[in-house]
This record gives sequence, C-alpha cells and structure tokens, in this order.
Amino acid sequence: MISSSFYLILGAILFTIGAVGVLTRRNAIVVLMCIELMLNSVNLTFVAFSRYLVSMTGQVFVLMTVAVAAAEVAVGLGLVIALYRQKKTADIDNINILKW
Amino acid sequence: MEMVLFFVLAAVAVVGALGVVLARQSDHSALFLLLNFIALAAIYVTLNAPFLAAVQVIVYAGAIVVMFLFVIIMFNVANRERPETRPAQRYAALPLGALLLAGLIYVTVSNAQLPPELTRSDNIADIGKALFTEYLLPFELVGLLLLIGVVGAVVLGKRKLED
Repeated sequence: MISSSFYLILGAILFTIGAVGVLTRRNAIVVLMCIELMLNSVNLTFVAFSRYLVSMTGQVFVLMTVAVAAAEVAVGLGLVIALYRQKKTADIDNINILKW
Repeated sequence: MEMVLFFVLAAVAVVGALGVVLARQSDHSALFLLLNFIALAAIYVTLNAPFLAAVQVIVYAGAIVVMFLFVIIMFNVANRERPETRPAQRYAALPLGALLLAGLIYVTVSNAQLPPELTRSDNIADIGKALFTEYLLPFELVGLLLLIGVVGAVVLGKRKLED
C-alpha cells in the first residue's frame, strides 16, 4: 500500500504545472486546458483522501467536480469562439478592452 | 510492484501536464492533456476507485478533449503563438510556481498525519448510495448547472443574437 503522501505530492505537482501554464500561456484554449489540469489534480487529492479516510464523500465530490468541469469547458469554449469571431484571435494579450 | 506502477503512472501524468504547458501548438497540447487524463484514470484504479476511472475516461478523455480538438480544428486557432511580448511574465511565473509547489506540499504532507489507512472493497453501489441519499441536493443542483451550461454554450456559440 502506497502512502497517501505520494498521491498528495503528485497532486501538488500537477496543480503547480497547471497554475504556471495559466500564468504563462497566452492562447485562450491552452489556458482552459491548464485549468482542466488544475481541476484534475484536485480530483486526485479528493480520491487520495477518500481512500485515506475510508469515506465515499471524496469520490462523490469528484463526480461533482467532473460535472462542473464539463459545464465550464462548454461555456469557456463558447466564450473563446465568440471572442474569436469578434477579434479574429485567441491570444489573451489582445483581449484587453477592460484594461485602461 | 505497486510502487513501480505508481511511479510510472505519475511520471506519465507529469510528462502529459508538462507537455500541455510547453507544446508550441494547441492541438499538441490537447493530445498531451489526453495522456495526462488517461494516466490519472489508471491512478484512480490503483486508488480503489474504478468507477471514477471510468468516468474520467468517458467524460474527460472522451468528451472534454474531443471538444477542445473540435474547437481547435473548426476555428483553426492552432496557429503558433507569436513571440513573447512580455518575457518578464514567464520568468516571474517560475519562482512563483516553485513557491506554490513548496507551500502545497508542506500543507498536504504536514497535515496528513491521519490514522493508518484501511482498505475497503470500493464499489459503485457505495457511491450511488451516498449520491442519492446524503448528497441528493448537490446532485440535483449539478444537473441544473449542466442544463444552464448547455444553454449558455449554445447562446454564446450562436452566430448572432437577433438584431
């Protein structure tokens, strides 16, 4: 039986990679993918703790997260498509109307 | 044996995640994302959560990655990113990321002083029972959220609101 700390550390590593990706990439679609990476690493932490505490709660919450992630991707990609139609680019550095 | 399997799967997951961030073209990023999702599904199996592994493959690998690829292909946004306009942002992200990683590992590992683990034969019936008794309200709300998400995606994807 592998200690749960390994799974937690793996989750932390994946979360950090996703966060760095959100901060550095400028293609809006890739930023959405990095957000998916972060959601997935949190799911891994949920499942690891679910096994650790012998409780189903963690796994139920992973199901909720998966549903939320699916809705988020649908809306996020809809936004990217709408932006792409308006500005002919998916580069988030060019989408700065709210900045003054 | 279990240890070797975990480290192989963890390495594949980390390579997939790094590939998402480092790939130059966004369709390559999507395929690396698929690699990461599959590796995580295999890790769920080793964590006694076979149902979640199946959900991971069906929803993430099957639906979400395909949706990303559809958008990339149909709108041809896979073009390379132009040269960096703000390199400082990239250099600032790396130390901040290292700090975040150190903090996360410190918090999770130092707080994980829990009683020794027990194993239980995990199955779908347990998840279903929890989902439809204790977590019935969140379950219904997630259904509502999905409906709103579908309507929102259709409205956003429409060519033009009526004018």
